Amino acid sequence: MPEIKVTPLGAGQDVGRSCILVSIGGKNIMLDCGMHMGYNDDRRFPDFSYITQNGRLTEFLDCVIISHFHLDHCGALPYMSEMVGYDGPIYMTHPTKAICPILLEDFRKITVDKKGETNFFTSQMIKDCMKKVIPLNLHQTVQVDDELEIKAYYAGHVLGAAMVHIKVGSESVVYTGDYNMTPDRHLGAAWIDKCRPDILISESTYATTIRDSKRCRERDFLKKVHETIERGGKVLIPVFALGRAQELCILLETFWERMNLKAPIYFSTGLTEKANHYYKLFITWTNQKIRKTFVQRNMFEFKHIKAFDRSYADNPGPMVVFATPGMLHAGQSLQIFKKWAGNEKNMVIMPGYCVQGTIGHKILNGQRKLEMEGRATLDVKLQVEYMSFSAHADAKGIMQLIRMAEPRNMLLVHGEAAKMEFLKGKIEQEFNINCYMPANGETETVTTNPSVPVDISLNLLKREMALGGPLPDTKKPRTMHGTLIMKENSLRLVSPEQALKELGLNEHQLRFTCRVQLQDPHSDSDTLHRIYTHLKSVLKGYTIQHLPDSTVMVESIVIKLSSSAEDPNTKVLLLSWSYQIVTRYVTNIVITKH
Amino acid sequence: MAAHLKKRVYEEFSKVVQIPHEEVPAKKLRLSKPSKSAALHVDLCKATNSTDALQYLLQFARKPVEAESVEGVVRILLEHYYKETDNSVRLKIASLLGLLSKTQGFSPDCIVDDVISTLNNEKSHQVLVQLLDTLLVIGTQLPENPAVRQRLIEVACKHLSDTYFGVRIKCLQLLGCLGTVDAPLTKDNEGQGMSTVRDVQNVISDYFGDQDPRVRTAAIKAMLQLHERGMKIHQIIYDQACRLLSDDYEQVRSAAVQMVWVLSQLYPESIVPIPSSNEEIRLVDDSFGKISHMVSDGSWMVRVQAAKTLGSMLQVSPHFLEQTLDKKLMSDLRRKRTAHERAKELYTSGEFSSGRKWADDAPKEKVDTNAVNLIASGACGAFVHGLEDEMYEVRIAAVEALCLLARSSPSFAEKCLDFLVDMFNDEIEEVRLQSIHVLREISTHITLREDQLDTVLAVLEDSSRDIREALHELLCYTNVSTKECIQLALLELLKNLNKYPTDRNSVWKCLKFLGSRHPTLVLPLVPELLSTHPYFDTPEPDMDDPAKMYWLWDAHCNWPPSPQLPGRKPLYGLDSVDSGGGSGSVEAAHLFLQQSLNRVSTVQNLEAPGAQDLLDFTIRDLQRLGQLQPELAGAADFSATYLRCQLLLMKALQEKLWNMAVPLCLKQNATATAAARQILEETYKLEFLYSGLESRQVATIHHVRLQAKALQLVLTARTRRGLEPLIGSCEKFLQDVESFQRLFLTELPHLQDSFVEKLLELMPRLSSCKPAELVKILQTTLRQSGLLQLRLPEQIHRATATIIEPTGESDNPLRFTSGLVVALDLDATLEHVQDPQNTVKVQVSELLYPDGQSHVIQPRPGDFRKPGPHRHRLITQVYLSHTAWTEPCQVEVRLLLAYSSSSSSSSSSSSKAGWSDSTDSLPPPEAAIEGTIPFSKSVKVFIMPKPARR
Repeated sequence: MPEIKVTPLGAGQDVGRSCILVSIGGKNIMLDCGMHMGYNDDRRFPDFSYITQNGRLTEFLDCVIISHFHLDHCGALPYMSEMVGYDGPIYMTHPTKAICPILLEDFRKITVDKKGETNFFTSQMIKDCMKKVIPLNLHQTVQVDDELEIKAYYAGHVLGAAMVHIKVGSESVVYTGDYNMTPDRHLGAAWIDKCRPDILISESTYATTIRDSKRCRERDFLKKVHETIERGGKVLIPVFALGRAQELCILLETFWERMNLKAPIYFSTGLTEKANHYYKLFITWTNQKIRKTFVQRNMFEFKHIKAFDRSYADNPGPMVVFATPGMLHAGQSLQIFKKWAGNEKNMVIMPGYCVQGTIGHKILNGQRKLEMEGRATLDVKLQVEYMSFSAHADAKGIMQLIRMAEPRNMLLVHGEAAKMEFLKGKIEQEFNINCYMPANGETETVTTNPSVPVDISLNLLKREMALGGPLPDTKKPRTMHGTLIMKENSLRLVSPEQALKELGLNEHQLRFTCRVQLQDPHSDSDTLHRIYTHLKSVLKGYTIQHLPDSTVMVESIVIKLSSSAEDPNTKVLLLSWSYQIVTRYVTNIVITKH
Repeated sequence: MAAHLKKRVYEEFSKVVQIPHEEVPAKKLRLSKPSKSAALHVDLCKATNSTDALQYLLQFARKPVEAESVEGVVRILLEHYYKETDNSVRLKIASLLGLLSKTQGFSPDCIVDDVISTLNNEKSHQVLVQLLDTLLVIGTQLPENPAVRQRLIEVACKHLSDTYFGVRIKCLQLLGCLGTVDAPLTKDNEGQGMSTVRDVQNVISDYFGDQDPRVRTAAIKAMLQLHERGMKIHQIIYDQACRLLSDDYEQVRSAAVQMVWVLSQLYPESIVPIPSSNEEIRLVDDSFGKISHMVSDGSWMVRVQAAKTLGSMLQVSPHFLEQTLDKKLMSDLRRKRTAHERAKELYTSGEFSSGRKWADDAPKEKVDTNAVNLIASGACGAFVHGLEDEMYEVRIAAVEALCLLARSSPSFAEKCLDFLVDMFNDEIEEVRLQSIHVLREISTHITLREDQLDTVLAVLEDSSRDIREALHELLCYTNVSTKECIQLALLELLKNLNKYPTDRNSVWKCLKFLGSRHPTLVLPLVPELLSTHPYFDTPEPDMDDPAKMYWLWDAHCNWPPSPQLPGRKPLYGLDSVDSGGGSGSVEAAHLFLQQSLNRVSTVQNLEAPGAQDLLDFTIRDLQRLGQLQPELAGAADFSATYLRCQLLLMKALQEKLWNMAVPLCLKQNATATAAARQILEETYKLEFLYSGLESRQVATIHHVRLQAKALQLVLTARTRRGLEPLIGSCEKFLQDVESFQRLFLTELPHLQDSFVEKLLELMPRLSSCKPAELVKILQTTLRQSGLLQLRLPEQIHRATATIIEPTGESDNPLRFTSGLVVALDLDATLEHVQDPQNTVKVQVSELLYPDGQSHVIQPRPGDFRKPGPHRHRLITQVYLSHTAWTEPCQVEVRLLLAYSSSSSSSSSSSSKAGWSDSTDSLPPPEAAIEGTIPFSKSVKVFIMPKPARR
């Protein structure tokens, strides 16, 4: 039986460094090539030595597919392609291709320039790596080689995020990457057709969570910002440059527009501006509202949001500032925070998760006095708010996707083991399909039952259909008569005559003969005549002929009589018939009668 | 498209046929008949190849065919059909047959046999489809003929097993349009010995499992068609329909949703088992659950369909209904409360505005792993999904469905409140507006909590005027729970007023209603608001202060008497706002109205002066009544106008002048002519300005108009010399009488002893007699005929319009460069206007200045909004332009109601005429009388076109 093998090199029962190997129909595909944010050593990248100990990866992999531009999905790409060595095709969507190098470069700068690491990929390597990328469009079927084809579906999550449907022959796998089943302010919801893949590989970050409606969170957020502004306070929103930041910008921008507010909104410069540029360009990847209104006005051309300058932080009056990074651990957001922390009119809104040890984490946990470097302490008087704006599918969303795609098997990655266990149980219970959750390095093998396509000539099909009676019992299987020819990797069903012709064979008639000995004193012709009359009386409705060459024909059965030389009384009756269903019955009668 | 156009041509043509029946002599028709079919015959014979033939046929299809010649044409076409080998020509002929059989006045049963026989010999699938389509047309033309119907059904059943999907689809359509449930249909499976009697539904439902999705869709549609025709669909189909809900193709799923819905409406109470358990539930609940499931379908078309459908399933049990809003939250397997629940708790615990802390929403209790149902089984969370959908079409559908369901279930209304309030924050304005409207509609069921009110009020700052006004409207109808809420609302509204001064009217009205709805809550706020609070203690009262006053006043009217309050009257002389007497007096007023009308009916027994006085007094009474009782204003006005017409008529007829010689009474004649003209004008007002008229009243009005026309005719006869004009007007009058008879055939019995009745009695004589004689007869009949008593319909309203903006108070002229345009903002409220998009016009006329020209502007349809029933709001811009003036001058702006007499009798014809693209244009059915009635006070606007600087 054919099999599909799935091996996670990262993201198996874990979040971070997504990298999954799939072997399907003799093809090896790498899905995502990410890095782990939590490690600074070798564990940062997937263990490519699993594929090969030495030498390049090119001969072992048919293609690499990157689902979206987050570093835990594409961070190890230059390392793999340039340092380990891979020259095959890398597929990603257009927005991912545009934004990915910006992030990689930024990541490189931090690790090499700031932390001073050596033996890391260089800017040139990023460029070389991006040259190997082949961009994908949504719903475009791309033929990687003669047998392997891939097709991208919209996944929400971030700009350009895609799910991929990988197909070899009739076997197929869907890999979701990260996706979001509820639309947000700038992106739509993930969608896939009923492609019924053999395996659906889904992320499961929120396997045990069902989230509240997005609207409540948005409303809360806007209300808090609005109230602070009305009081004359300043709002600081620490964000990471891409993804959520754009969503929040749109949210605030439209709110400002709707409510006719005048207070300035600032966005800290740098990488974000570059990224915003791409958001403006890839309008087709955004949600319905932005897509429909961009003709009048591109929503990403912000009217109220301006670039931030260091000096603005001291301006009087209300303002809103988006600043990087998102966990308040360094950089501009921390500087602004220090300036504003003393005033209780101000507010800081943390829109995402904060790692332990960062200032963000401390203030969220209610710490009011912070120790800064140089033994200085900082009194935190401003209000601290937490708003979760995450763009992963929750448990319900995952179930919804399964319902849409109707896979035969399910495989969970990109989540914590305990949470996956719960979801696995639910999936098996609700959909009655197998669900797997391999750990890193474990191989899961799924046997498939592919249907084998056979060519059949239309004439033969029509002829056989006509025999079977009228439609509409289409559900019933129907038998047909034909010859299966397997030739040069192709299977064809043809009529027997044609098969003979093609193979250059002659048709052979099979005749069966049988000898029956009788004791009969009459002469040969008399006996034959008696047999003839007897048969005539027994087999009514059949054509029975007494031919002049002393044979009797019953339909196509030939009966001949000869007497043996020694004993004229012992007659030998010779029966001969060809292989046919009707005749068999008659033959039986003929034989048994004597 | 071409086919569509052709159909249109034939539809147009069908009107042409109608008229010849009356006017065009039959001879003409006979002349044209042979030429038509003969021409076709010749053309077709000439055609050497199929392309030519096709061309001829296409040309032929553009021209109409008379009913009499249809059969001949059909024969020629069929003859050619048998000879033709080219598929496309045969296809065209088949489609022509269908078009021809639609011809009015032609009975297609004679060609059924021919079409069926061609059908049996046809090999091409496409042509077969077209032929079946023709049969479908014929079948729908002959709904009364069971024999034909039976034959067609047999044909359909025979071809159902065709291999081409189009043929199967057409057959299913035929079955859906013609099949009957009660009659057993066919004997199936004869070949296998057992013959079962099957009916249409059985046959159609077999094709629910067809391999082609288009055929499956057609099968469901056919079933729905059966349902629409009043056949009872069997319940057995329910299971099959439910299975189709998970079809691979969206159009099948969409149709299946409809099918399931139909069944749930037919058998709401029957019990169905739940698979994989031994429980049973009501069918309507089961289907509700299944359709709810479709709200999270992959295709948005299906989602819209499902969300819409949910709204109309009112019989569903409350238990299921409430599940649609249910979304159990959890985080790391622990139960989490929703933001809604938290808000409620905060509120009940008395602590209102607490900032949310990190992990404030941290989950508390541990969730039982088995109890969590991830995939929403049944109705779970359907609306939660629908309201969060990506496509705003789905969200709107969900909001509308919520509205319908909430209106029928108060407890559900309470529950969906939070969700609706959330929708106020949607990204698409249309959705926000819709949810505000919905909340208003269900507001009778609910009381807003303070935190909810807070969210609602936040929308007051929206920059869209529509949204704000919708919200004001909503606040007018809301109930709030505490006095803090009232205060909050007041403050927010005043803030709104500051930010958007244009909202003044709307905010005032809103405050007024808010006050009168919550008198007891306003009471404790009074001292603070009136004077003691420094907030309002400004040295000079604000211009917008009346807002507060309005509000107080209206609440005040409902207060219990209390010594600590200032008396009623001293409240800043607002007594003009008095809303009139209590509701009890409406009954009395109604009675009074009836009595007045009854009294008037005796008028013909009185002598002339007495009768006139009686009418005079009654008119005065009615006018006063209209002022006193706003509820009856329409009826009173209507009656008064009617009586005024009668009075004028009476006066005109009772002049002694009729006995004088013509040259002596020129002056009197002038008054009578004026009266006649005035009556005519008034009748148009009566007919078009009032809504709620029934045909009875319309007949009465037309009757008066006829009298006025008779009067005019008589007067013309007396004053003018010469026969020529008289003959023309006599003929016209007779036509009027005829059309009156045609229009109000059903009303004639009610017009006993009236002018018209007498005229109709004399009609044969009238039509043949000379003008002079006719005039004489008219004169006597007019004088003999009495007053037709007016019977008032239930509800009658006068269309009114109030121009809110421009106010006409401004002394600053609107300056603009002459020759260029200036936009004048116009804001008006229209009450009781039907179809304002087509009828309301803006008139701008110049006063004082020499040319005194005026022009009429038709506002765009998009400028009309509908804030409430019978009410419209016109917000538009009027573009003015003029050559230079030396000093500012006023122009007058007012609203007109346009009418045309044809629009009342056949309202559709006028609008569709514009569509016709056929070359032979039709004469209008009747000479339409068009005109306009001013129905608003005019507003003067100062403008100043300045010469352009060179």
